[in-house]
Amino acid sequence: MLRRYLAKRLLIAVPSLLIASLIVFTLPRLLPGDAVQLMLAEKAYAKDVDELRAKLGLDRPLAVQYVEWLGRVAQGDLGESLWTRRPVLQELGQRLPITLELAFFALAFALLIALPVGVISAARADTLQDYLARSAAIVGLSVPGFWLATLLIVLPAIWWGWRPLIEFTEFSKNPLAHVAQFLIPALILGVAAGAALMRLTRSMLLEVLRQDYVRTAWAKGLAERVIVLKHGLRNAIIPVVTLLGTQLPQIIGGTVIIETVFGLPGMSRFLFDAINQRDYPVIQGVNLVVVSTIVTLNLAVDALYAVLDPRIRY
Amino acid sequence: MLRAVGRFARKKPLGALGALIVVALLLMAAFAERIAPYGYDDPIRGARMRPPSAAHWLGTDNLSRDMWSRVVYGARVSVTVGFATIALATFLATVVGVSSGYFGGAYDLVVQRVVDAWLSFPYLVIILSVMAVLGPGLLNLVVALTILSAAVNSRVIRGATIAVAQSTYVEAARALGCGHARIITRHILPNVTATVIILATIGLGAVTLAESALSFLGFGVPPPFPSWGAMLSGSGRTYMFRAPWMAVWPGVAISLAVFGFNMLGDALRDVLDPRLRGATR
Repeated sequence: MLRRYLAKRLLIAVPSLLIASLIVFTLPRLLPGDAVQLMLAEKAYAKDVDELRAKLGLDRPLAVQYVEWLGRVAQGDLGESLWTRRPVLQELGQRLPITLELAFFALAFALLIALPVGVISAARADTLQDYLARSAAIVGLSVPGFWLATLLIVLPAIWWGWRPLIEFTEFSKNPLAHVAQFLIPALILGVAAGAALMRLTRSMLLEVLRQDYVRTAWAKGLAERVIVLKHGLRNAIIPVVTLLGTQLPQIIGGTVIIETVFGLPGMSRFLFDAINQRDYPVIQGVNLVVVSTIVTLNLAVDALYAVLDPRIRY
Repeated sequence: MLRAVGRFARKKPLGALGALIVVALLLMAAFAERIAPYGYDDPIRGARMRPPSAAHWLGTDNLSRDMWSRVVYGARVSVTVGFATIALATFLATVVGVSSGYFGGAYDLVVQRVVDAWLSFPYLVIILSVMAVLGPGLLNLVVALTILSAAVNSRVIRGATIAVAQSTYVEAARALGCGHARIITRHILPNVTATVIILATIGLGAVTLAESALSFLGFGVPPPFPSWGAMLSGSGRTYMFRAPWMAVWPGVAISLAVFGFNMLGDALRDVLDPRLRGATR
């Protein structure tokens, strides 16, 4: 049963992925013709305009280009960077893990903040704790991550003369320092997502706690912990997981800024540099990987629904 | 009218605070010339990187410009981009969402798959890619942000439309022989307006935040015109250890503006549509 549900979700994901790949493919082709000339003049990517057009694959009919590109992508060939001349896939192999690690820690922080605070806020609704938590959440949603990052670098330096190292440490060199360098960036990245998740956890749990079966549970004399966590949270968690799915792209998008500020050589920074250098094969390749990652993660979120709520079967 | 405002302020003090911040922001943007003591690009002789004082409330920057004046002028960018984007995006989202939800069928299926694809991109990644094609600038910023928020909002408006379209009064209108145009304008639109207003207000906060992020990354309004995001990224970060106020105030301005929009949006949602409480961020 679970397998059939997942197969159906997979089938729905395929058209989305195809359309996304079409968007990824079309974007660089929206460039007006003289932009190619501009690239040639600015960066000297090729001998002449014709060669550059051929390199970018712009010299054949669009449909042919798209199918060919898709075919190469299916074989794992994302083209090579116009700037470094290295295969995009190889570059990504080094950079994607950094971004995923950052996103993973950010997500962990978001959940670690959102679930406990959301549960306490709902269980103690309209108390001082609740007001404090809700106000903190709104502030968390309003403060831009790049500013928070700047403050976290500047203020300790001014107050205590302590500056974080803006230098990347490999896992193989120093595992502890490697993990530690992700903690502050991930916390900043996780704050906004955590705030959104906390608000939803609170309101969903509040709704569930008003249900008749919860009153029955109280009447049976169950402990508050059991009622809130087992009867309440389990039934309130589905929309929270849905929101988690929509927060994933935001977290990965946020890595663009955080990687730039903290000097982490991840995939998003690679994309940002490629955009500034008009390195179109890289932009295409990274975008495709990002979208595929997110579609896969959303599929995992869908699978999680089925585990959390056995009634869900499409 | 005044009584309604008073009641809103009593019932939703935080919402009223949000409204106050939004009004202040609008005034700052509209009357920047009158409010700011200096021009946004006027160097003040002998006042390079001065800390906040009575003469310069928020200090001065590395080019001896008054920070308070620059923050006031910076409101223009946030307000222009925010409101222009939301106006365009709301219009687009309503057209797509209502038509998709009302007509349904193959049209809905295709439109929703395209929206799905948009939504699976991280917003910064799409916008950066679009900006790479369009180039930086105010108008392009609005276009890029519009495409994105329209996709998100159209999904919610579609949901609201489907709910309204199934109600008996719509069925009755159809039985009376009303055409699609009349049903949509007289029955569907008035009933999804609350949803649209709420989405627009909350969207203003998100768009302001996204605009500042893009300006921070260098895809916003070109200098010397100040935008809060750009003030934080360029000289603000270069001199942040020597003149921390250069990096502090623009961030305070962004946070306050977004906080105001979020608070107002939250309160409007509670008042206009209790069912949506806590449903979206």
